[in-house]
Amino acid sequence: MSNKTVAEKRAIFRVKSQDAIVKYGFIAVTIGLFSWFAITEETFRQPSTLFSMLKFTSVVAIVGLGVTFTMVVGGLDLSVGSIAGLGVTVSAMMMVIYNLTGIFSGIMVLVAGAVVGALNAVLIVWMKIPDLLATLGMMFIVMGLKLLPVDGQSVSSKMILRDGSVAPGKFTDGFLQIDRLKIWEIPFPVILWLVLTTIAWYMLTRTKYGRIMYAVGANPEAAKLSGIKIEWYRASAYVISGLFAATGGMILSSRIGQGDISAGNSLLLDAVAVALVGTSVLGAGKPNAWGTALGALLIGIVITGLTIKGFPYYAQDISKGLVLLLALVFSFTLSRKKARFVPAT
Amino acid sequence: MQSSVEMNKITIGFGTNLVLKGVDLTVKGGQVTALLGANGAGKSTLIKVLSGLYPGHGGQIVIDGKTVELKTPSSAKKLGIQTVHQRIDEGVVPGLSVAENLLFEKIARNALGRVGSIRKIMPKALEVADALKLGWSEKFLRRDVYELGIADQQLLILARALIEEPKLLILDEPTSALSASEVENLMRVIREMRDGGVGVLYVSHRLGEIDTIADNLVVLRDGVIRGEQTKPFEWSTALGQMLGEGTMQEMQENVERRGTDSILEIKSLSLFQRSRPFSLSIRKAEVTGVIGLLGSGKTEIAQAIFGASKKRSGTMIFEGDPFSPKHPRDAIRKGVFMIPEDRASSSMFPSWSIAKTTSLPFLSQLSKGPNLGIGAEKSRASEIISDLQIVAQGPDQEVDSLSGGNQQKVVVGRWLKGQPKLLILDEPFRGVDIGARRVISLQARELAKSGAGVLVLTSEVDELLEIADRVIVLVDGEPRLDTYLSETSREEIVHEMSEVK
Repeated sequence: MSNKTVAEKRAIFRVKSQDAIVKYGFIAVTIGLFSWFAITEETFRQPSTLFSMLKFTSVVAIVGLGVTFTMVVGGLDLSVGSIAGLGVTVSAMMMVIYNLTGIFSGIMVLVAGAVVGALNAVLIVWMKIPDLLATLGMMFIVMGLKLLPVDGQSVSSKMILRDGSVAPGKFTDGFLQIDRLKIWEIPFPVILWLVLTTIAWYMLTRTKYGRIMYAVGANPEAAKLSGIKIEWYRASAYVISGLFAATGGMILSSRIGQGDISAGNSLLLDAVAVALVGTSVLGAGKPNAWGTALGALLIGIVITGLTIKGFPYYAQDISKGLVLLLALVFSFTLSRKKARFVPAT
Repeated sequence: MQSSVEMNKITIGFGTNLVLKGVDLTVKGGQVTALLGANGAGKSTLIKVLSGLYPGHGGQIVIDGKTVELKTPSSAKKLGIQTVHQRIDEGVVPGLSVAENLLFEKIARNALGRVGSIRKIMPKALEVADALKLGWSEKFLRRDVYELGIADQQLLILARALIEEPKLLILDEPTSALSASEVENLMRVIREMRDGGVGVLYVSHRLGEIDTIADNLVVLRDGVIRGEQTKPFEWSTALGQMLGEGTMQEMQENVERRGTDSILEIKSLSLFQRSRPFSLSIRKAEVTGVIGLLGSGKTEIAQAIFGASKKRSGTMIFEGDPFSPKHPRDAIRKGVFMIPEDRASSSMFPSWSIAKTTSLPFLSQLSKGPNLGIGAEKSRASEIISDLQIVAQGPDQEVDSLSGGNQQKVVVGRWLKGQPKLLILDEPFRGVDIGARRVISLQARELAKSGAGVLVLTSEVDELLEIADRVIVLVDGEPRLDTYLSETSREEIVHEMSEVK
């Protein structure tokens, strides 16, 4: 159809520009805010500020990646914050109280995350408890349970144990390097964030496994009738979520250098928020790895920028909420496939 | 004065795609006008325009000489246009009584004052039921709509539309869930309304019904009215206009095929708790058609063979080996594929492309280790598109953006391409236009010719006659008649289906 009238062309232009807003709006907002902060604030544009921003964002981003997997199969994981906190306590216990190596402690953190994830999977997939409720229950259990072996105390080196002796170990140097190491000036957690995002992206978009995960989330019945054992795929998402949350906890533990009992608790909402924000990036309309990374980045930029500009701490929560709602406007309010007027010819 | 609803040059588009390209259509009071069109012709869109769901359309709507604007569903109703949509379950409010459902719109508008109890609205409900000659007693009106059969629910929705004394009543596939006698009853009600001066726009795929009920016929294709007729109708002309030129020539008689070797032996299978077990052998190189009404056990047979549900009893032998699939995956691995009856809920993924939808069951073949073979997947989808003449821009187009017939071709094509040994098609023609139906039935027959087993389950005799070689009539979970098409007749099949034993 080449004989379009002016009115038709105008209508087509309107439709196309709306699609463009949905697709690129979120990235434009990110770049816009970044530029605004960078131009108006001297401190913001210094590389050290940027790297510390990326470093502090990396934990939320990595935990958010795990949440992304559960969202892909049509669920959600509310226990990620408590799993990260569990990771902090487990690593501190292993090194400080039992005097074990950093590597072994790290492995135990991942095992703990995977175990909690597997329990979530059993509750949700085989006992058929709705994902939100099951992981909410798991969140409380893990939050409380991790305090049991440490008598509700934060674990720090040279602490006095139950039997009156002094704790024999300390955070190993190797373990502390997780957060402190820099490669070509780039903090290691940031590199880990990039690597894990790339792996998650590859798994979700380039492998059979990822394709099936999206199928299970989009229409479980149709996936089953295509010959897919949907239970195992859904279960795997929660185990992966547990692993990512535990990784976040490991970085956090290395950063704090002690087994802070409240660590990780605030991660939950941030991690879920960045994964949700991620669904609107590039108009994807579905959870995806790079979207989650970009969502975390935007929230990091906003929080850092506002802090440098001297806004009070509670402005952070307000701005996180606004970013989330903005993302939802892009993916719901402005979404495609609504009837649009093309005038009579 | 005879009322009329006139549409002038109605246009509307979605995205950059024009769906209605200037529709001119007049529905006069006291007449039934049938709207015929293949899937994707724009029928549903036109109905939505008239229901006030697409206020941004182009062109004019004139009711009794006055130009009106249909901005919302309620303004359309106020102007006298009532629509009975295809989905019955979306029309009734479960948990409320029949009477409350009947007067729902009046209650919602507070037209009956503040309604407290069912007793207060009962007199009005009885009055309405009497006026429409529904023969509904007070006891019936008190029942929960849940308890009603689908036919009574359909009548209820119709009655609710009639209370508002519409000038134009739109019926979208009103008989798709009804049995023959229920259709008869519905036709009686429609005739009464028409004689009362209501204009009816009757949208259906069923030519027989249109022939019985309609006074006029309009044919919509590709967003434009292609033809108008008054009774008696010239069906070949109408179908030509509906399908476009060319498609008609392909219609030809099938050559009946008879298979000899069995591919699947079903032994003492019982479909329902109370039904008697039966044995059945499905043969290669012929199309076995199973016909039965809703609840006859058709879907249960399909699911038992495909491993989609637990079977109650019985054993199966596939190509000489014991076969007891516990999951569709077990069946698929053996080359037994099923195309389920409800396309949207059982085969489609929201906003997935044709390539992704068609490759899903065969990802292992199309992958290199864990990695997807995206190129292989796309070229496979392109082949499916050309094999089944799917109207699509390419393998990346989203399946939901296709018309119903083309969606079904995608679903059928994805399994055909996997070289089935036994292909089960459960109601393959539901919501599919005649052109797509022809393509699908030719493909299924082609598959049988190549030596595979094909099992088709349907509830319509016409479909059975079009596709099957061997005919099995299923009633209450038991096969009644098992013969070849050339040895039976339409009358015998219908007789066996309807006879109560």
